Amino acid sequence: MLSPGTTVQADPPAPVVRLPRRRGIEFSLIVVAVLLSVYGYCAVGIARTGSVPPGAAGYGAGLGVLALLAHLAVRLRAPYADPLLLPIAVLLNGLGLVLIYRLDLETPADRAAPTQLVWSTLGVGLFIAVVVLLRDHRVLQRYTYVSVVTALVLLVLPVFFPSVNGARIWLRIAGFSIQPGEFAKVLLAVFFAGYLAANRNALAYTGRRVWLLQLPTGRVLGPIVAIWLLSVGVLVLERDLGTSLLFFGLFVVLLYVATGRTGWIAVGLLLAACGAFAVGWLEPHVHSRVEDWLHPFASIEAGRGPNQLAQSLFAFADGGLLGTGLGLGHSILIGFAVKSDFILATAGEELGLAGLSAIFLLYGLLVERGYRAGLALRDPFGRLLAVGLASIVALQVFVIAGGVTGLIPLTGMAMPFLAQGGSSVVTNWIIVALLLRLSDSARGGPEAAKAKAEAKAETKAKAKAKAKAKAKAKAKAQAGGNAEGKAGGETEEERVAP
Amino acid sequence: MTRYIRHAAAFCALLLLALLVNATRIQLVQARSYDENPANRRHTIARYGQPRGDILVGGKPVTGSKDSGEQFRYERTYKNGPLYAPVTGFASQVYGTNLLEDTEDDLLAGTDPLLSPLPLWNDLTRARNPGGDVVTTLDPAAQQAAYAGLGARRGAVAALEPSTGRILALVSTPSYDPEELSGTDSAVARAWMRLNEAADKPMLNRAVRQTYPPGSTFKVVTAAAALDSGVVEDVDEPTKSPDPYRLPGSSVRLVNEVEGCADASLRYAFAWSCNTVFAKLGVAVGAAAMRAKAAEFGFNDRQLRIPFGVSPSTFDTRVDEAQLALSSIGQYNTRATPLQMAMVAGAVANNGSVRTPHLVERTTTDDGDTVSATGQHTLRQAMNPATAVRLRELMTDVVERGTGTHAAIPGATVGGKSGTAQHGIHNSGTPYAWFIAWAKADDSMEPAVAVAVVVEDAEDERGDISGGGDAAPIARAVMEAVLAP
Repeated sequence: MLSPGTTVQADPPAPVVRLPRRRGIEFSLIVVAVLLSVYGYCAVGIARTGSVPPGAAGYGAGLGVLALLAHLAVRLRAPYADPLLLPIAVLLNGLGLVLIYRLDLETPADRAAPTQLVWSTLGVGLFIAVVVLLRDHRVLQRYTYVSVVTALVLLVLPVFFPSVNGARIWLRIAGFSIQPGEFAKVLLAVFFAGYLAANRNALAYTGRRVWLLQLPTGRVLGPIVAIWLLSVGVLVLERDLGTSLLFFGLFVVLLYVATGRTGWIAVGLLLAACGAFAVGWLEPHVHSRVEDWLHPFASIEAGRGPNQLAQSLFAFADGGLLGTGLGLGHSILIGFAVKSDFILATAGEELGLAGLSAIFLLYGLLVERGYRAGLALRDPFGRLLAVGLASIVALQVFVIAGGVTGLIPLTGMAMPFLAQGGSSVVTNWIIVALLLRLSDSARGGPEAAKAKAEAKAETKAKAKAKAKAKAKAKAKAQAGGNAEGKAGGETEEERVAP
Repeated sequence: MTRYIRHAAAFCALLLLALLVNATRIQLVQARSYDENPANRRHTIARYGQPRGDILVGGKPVTGSKDSGEQFRYERTYKNGPLYAPVTGFASQVYGTNLLEDTEDDLLAGTDPLLSPLPLWNDLTRARNPGGDVVTTLDPAAQQAAYAGLGARRGAVAALEPSTGRILALVSTPSYDPEELSGTDSAVARAWMRLNEAADKPMLNRAVRQTYPPGSTFKVVTAAAALDSGVVEDVDEPTKSPDPYRLPGSSVRLVNEVEGCADASLRYAFAWSCNTVFAKLGVAVGAAAMRAKAAEFGFNDRQLRIPFGVSPSTFDTRVDEAQLALSSIGQYNTRATPLQMAMVAGAVANNGSVRTPHLVERTTTDDGDTVSATGQHTLRQAMNPATAVRLRELMTDVVERGTGTHAAIPGATVGGKSGTAQHGIHNSGTPYAWFIAWAKADDSMEPAVAVAVVVEDAEDERGDISGGGDAAPIARAVMEAVLAP
C-alpha cells in the first residue's frame, strides 16, 4: 500500500544476509525457565515437609518435555521468531503450576494442579499445532467474519447453562467446565484486525457532521455500535464485567491504532462509561464489586469479617519486599477462587514485591515483544493482529491484577498462564503461538532481510546503533499508507514498494 | 500506523507502571496498617504456629502445648490446671490470655525481641524464636497445701517470703481448668459461657483480684500505727478503752465478742481481738496518720504489678471519726486482697519493711539462658523495726494463747492474727473468716513465710473464733509446707 507522494524505486540487488535466528538463546532461556519452575516446586516441598517432594523430577521432566516439544516446533516452523516469547510462557505456566500445587497442599480434598497440568499439555499441543499448521498469518484474514460469528456463538452459549458464583460464563460438559469466552477473545482479535485492516480508510474518513461531532459513516459506525452493545450485553447477561472491559478495551486500542482518530474513540469511551455506570447501578452483582473496591474493609467494620478483597490485600501486605517464601504464606485465607482469580495474591505474599514485580515485568516483556512484532510487520492485518493479541494479554493482566490489588474494581478474570483455568491456559498458549508466527514473519520475512542488508551496507558510514534506527525507520516507512499520509516524527526516506 | 502502535504500547506501559506502583503501595507503604488490622488472622496463625513457652513451678513445667493440626495449630495444655489457674491464667485461641499468660505473652509466644540472637534479626528473616520459659517463685508444696486446705470452700490464700517478696502460693477456690479454654471448637465457647455464668465465679482470682473487708486482721496495721505514732508506748499498759465503745459523733455502740476488753492492754486486746480498743486507738492516731500507715503497708496502691495487676486494697481517705473507728478495725470501707494481708504479715516478719511481691523469678529462652531476672526492691518501710519486734511478740501471743492456736507449728515460731469480717446488707452475709500469719523455723534467722487466708463461707459460729477455726489450719498447712526441708 502506498500513500500518494511517495517515490517508488526499484529494489537494489539484495546482498545475501544471514538473519539472526536466536534459537540457541531461546533454548537456553527455556532451560532456565524449567529449572526455575522445578526450583520453586522443590522450595514448596522443602518449606512444608523439609524434603524435596517426590514429584519434583516428574514435574520437571513433564514441563521440560512440553517446553522442548514447543521449542522444536518453533525451531522447525518459525525459525526467525522472537526468542523471548516461548520461554516467558513456559516460565509463567510453570510458576502457575507451582503456585497451584502449593495451594493444593492446603486443600487436600480439592486438587487443581493435575488438571491444570493436563490443560497445559493441551495448550502446548495446540501451540504446536498452530505453529506447525499456520504457515502464514495472513491466511487468518480470510476468516474475519467466520471468527466473529463463532465468537458470538461462544459468548452466547453459557447463557443457556446455570450460572456459577453469579456469573454465567461456564459450559459444563462431561465433567469438564469450559469458559467459551476465553476462546472468543482470540477470535475477536482476529475479527477486529481483519475488519479494521479492510476498513481502515473508510473509518478514517468523516461522515455526517452532527453539531460538534464528526461522525464516521453509518456503514462503518454500525459494527462499532454493535460491538459496544455486545460488550454491554455480555455484562448484563453473563455478569462478566472483566470480559466486557477486555472486549471494549481491545476494540478501542485497535480502532485507535488502525485510524489514529482519537475524537470518537473518546465518544466510545464515554458510551462505555455510561453503560458501565448504568449497569453498575442496576446490577447488584457489579454494584457490590464497586462498593467493595471503594470500601474494602466495610465488611470488617460491619462485623462480618474480612471479604475476599480485604483478605487479598492482607496477603499482599504480608509479603512485604521479599515475601514469606513459597509454601509459608497464608493466602488460603482468601478462600474461594484463591487458585484462580486471586492466584496473584499467593505470588505476592510468598514471593513478595520482588517476585510480584518480576511477574509483572515478564508480562510486560511478553506484551512488548508482541508490539515489537507488530511494529516490524508490513501488512496492516498482521500489525493489527499482533497489537491486538499483545493488548489482550496486557488488558487481562491489568484488569485482574488491578482488581486483586485494589487498584480497580475486582472483576473475575484469569491471570494469563498463572491462574487455574483450563480454557484460559489453552487460549493463552494459542495467543503466544500466533505472536510467534507473527514475529517469525516480522523478523524473517523478505523485508526483514532487505532491511538487514541495507543496514549492513550502511554500517560503513554510520555507527551500528544509528544504522539500526534507520533500518527501523525504513521498515516503518514501508508500512506507509495510513490515513495521515506520513507518520510523524520519522525521517522521510525513499520507500520501497512491497 | 507505527506512531499509533507506539502510543498503544505506551498506554500498555502505563498500565504496567500503575500495577507496579500500586503493588509497592500495598506491599510496602501500607503493609503495616494491613498487617495490624485486627481482622487479619496472620498474626494469630503465626503465634499459634509453634509450641508456646512454659510456665515453671519448682523447676517443672505446669503448662504444655499440644498439636491440634488445625489452623491455630498448638493449643495450650495445663498440668494441674485448677491448682495453678490463679497464677497461669488461660491462653485461649478465642478469648485471649490473662494473668501470667498475658503479661509474659511476648516471651511465651516467642515475639519478645530479647529472645532474638541479634537485634532486628527476626524482622529480616521472618523467623520466630521458640517461646521462652517463665520460672515462677511458687513453692509447689505450699500451693498444694493451700489448695487442699481450702477444699470445696470458697476462699483464697496468698503466701510470700517476707525477706524477698517472692510469692510462694497464690490459690483461689473454686478454680477452673484453663485447658477448657484452649482451642477453637464449640466446647471452648460452651466452657467460657459456663465459667462466666457460674454463681461461684471460678474464674475470679480471689487472691489478687478480689478485695474483702479484712476485719480484725487489720488490727495489725492499727497497732503498728499506734506504736509508731506513740499513742501506745507500752503494750502492757491499760489503754483506757470503754466497753462498749460509743463511736464518736454517733449513737452506735461498738461491742466485743470476748470478755475483758474494757481498759485492756494492747497485748490482751490484740490476742483476743478487742474491737473497742482498736477502734479507739484508730481515732486517737487520727485519720491522716492511719491513712499514711495503711499506705505504707500497701493500701491504696494502684500501681502494684506482680507482674499482673492487683486490685488495690483500700483504706478510705475521707472519713469522720466514727467511720475512722470502724475503718481501724477493718470494717466500713477498708478492703484488702489476701495478697495485701500477706504483705502486712510479711512486713511484721521482715522487721517492718515490705518487699515488692513478685511471681516471676526469671525468664529464660527455651534452652535455659536467662533473658531477664526480677530484681528485689524494698517497697517501703512500713514501721519502725522496734515496732515490728513488738508486733511479732503480739502476733506470737495470738498463736500461743489467743484466737490462733490452730496455727501453731512445733519447731517453729509462728505469729498470727485472726479476723472475721461481716459484710452484706446489715452484715447479713456469712462472715468471712481471715487468718494472717508468719512463721520462722527455730533453726533459722529469718521468717521463711508470711501467709494470708480468707474463707468466704465459714460455717462456724460467729466470732473471731471462726477466723482461728476455719482459716488458721489452712495457714498452718501452708507454712508447714514451706518450712519442711
